[in-house]
Amino acid sequence: MRDTFIATTTALLSDDPRTAVVLADISAGDFAPAMRRHPDRVINVGIREQLMAGVAGGLALTGMRPYIHSYAPFLVDRAYEQIKLDLGHQNTGAVLVSIGASYDASNVGYTHHSPGDVALLDTLDGWTVHVPGHPDEVPALLRQAAKTDDRVYVRLSTQENKRAYGPKLQVIRRGWAGAPVVLAVGPMLDPVLAALTDLDVTVAYTQTPRPLDTAGLRSLVSRDVVLVEPYLAGTSSRLVAEALRDVPHRELHLGVSRSETRHYGSPADHAATHGLDAAGLRRSITDFLA
Amino acid sequence: MTVTTANSAGILGPLLTRLTGDEKHAPSANSTLDVLWVLYDRILRITPATVDEPDRDRFLLSKGHGPAAYYAVLAAKGFFPVEWLDDFGGRDSHLGQHPDRTMIPGVEVGTGSLGHGLGLAVGTALGLRAQGLLSAKVFVLLGDAELDEGANHEAIAYAAATKLPLTAIVIDNQSATHGWPGGIAARFIGWTVSVVDGRDQTAIELALADRDRDRPHLVVATVAPKGM
Repeated sequence: MRDTFIATTTALLSDDPRTAVVLADISAGDFAPAMRRHPDRVINVGIREQLMAGVAGGLALTGMRPYIHSYAPFLVDRAYEQIKLDLGHQNTGAVLVSIGASYDASNVGYTHHSPGDVALLDTLDGWTVHVPGHPDEVPALLRQAAKTDDRVYVRLSTQENKRAYGPKLQVIRRGWAGAPVVLAVGPMLDPVLAALTDLDVTVAYTQTPRPLDTAGLRSLVSRDVVLVEPYLAGTSSRLVAEALRDVPHRELHLGVSRSETRHYGSPADHAATHGLDAAGLRRSITDFLA
Repeated sequence: MTVTTANSAGILGPLLTRLTGDEKHAPSANSTLDVLWVLYDRILRITPATVDEPDRDRFLLSKGHGPAAYYAVLAAKGFFPVEWLDDFGGRDSHLGQHPDRTMIPGVEVGTGSLGHGLGLAVGTALGLRAQGLLSAKVFVLLGDAELDEGANHEAIAYAAATKLPLTAIVIDNQSATHGWPGGIAARFIGWTVSVVDGRDQTAIELALADRDRDRPHLVVATVAPKGM
């Protein structure tokens, strides 16, 4: 996904003179050719994430469309107040593109993990959040973001599904008419499908959890709904509760735990710890539906 | 020591009184008064008619605390009706205790939380340069206590390293809790520096006009210590 981001954004720099890229060293080498072609619009501020977000705010104030990029914990967690004030409070926008997700950097520890990035942006107004599940979903998201001045977050990950899907919340596998609905966000789809192969449930997918397509979700749900998110468990519970507030229903929210794992290993090891591998998902979901 | 010209004092005094309902004004508001007047009277290429022009000069008030002097100057220059001053901080006022760019014509940034203006100014300067708007100058005003915020130092070092043409003004009324031993200018390595009497409008004007095209410029405007 990161390679796709670099290629698409590099092309955008040539196609649209409003485009600017602001980096804080991460991926700077990959943008070197773009920086040579567009030295005024590809800006590496060094390891200064607060400045990166502030510069995005300033660029946007002059009418440009900044894309800013780093590991999620540095892009979002560290620069949260700049995101809140230098973009939101100024009523300007930017496209934030992160890598690392919740535990892609599984062997380096919690400093490089951001399970809370989407929850942090949920405290702010007007953010669109994309969590693509496949590299081929990324270019359209980035190109669409170039056409607006909105505040957009694109959460890239090394965890990905086998195939790409369209931009809308959609049913991937339909169960019986009253079947429980399992909505998988981004790269959680393949683990969900693997976990539930022989269960009569409806599996739906979205790559855009914000704004959550609450009408689309509501139209699918009969009684039981399970959300599986690749960031903090329960991040979308408020929105699901709101969407179904006048419908008797049961909810289960699966995602990354708040407790630190304090172990290394692979992303698969971390997924297993958080119960987000196929076996863990199956256990949680069948318990809930039993 | 005070050499505020009768001219600006005569215009701004009644406006400040109108804002605060008082003959006495908060020191933080007063500390910026002469610099702000010189900027809007003699330096900035911006008028009420050009607040949305892409190539206007930009002034960013980073030190959003105590904006009375800022509001008085903007009102004096016609950016908004002087009547707005009468409801400073009121429920439906345009003028808050910190300025909001979406509510006041001519205000470039909404500030209040310290340490945000310099980064925004760096981004603004980069944006103007990228669009070839080379005649537009960028000024940002900070307080000396505000310099304690670490985010400023990300911007200070970056602006110097990339020779970015912008002017930072630090109002020094010695309000930083632990001070700045060795002086404020020593923290701005790679910048050109002018240190002036923050009440001497002629000196302020010279310092603000004195800028390199290929280096950031610092003006330290010294005023009486806070509370004195």
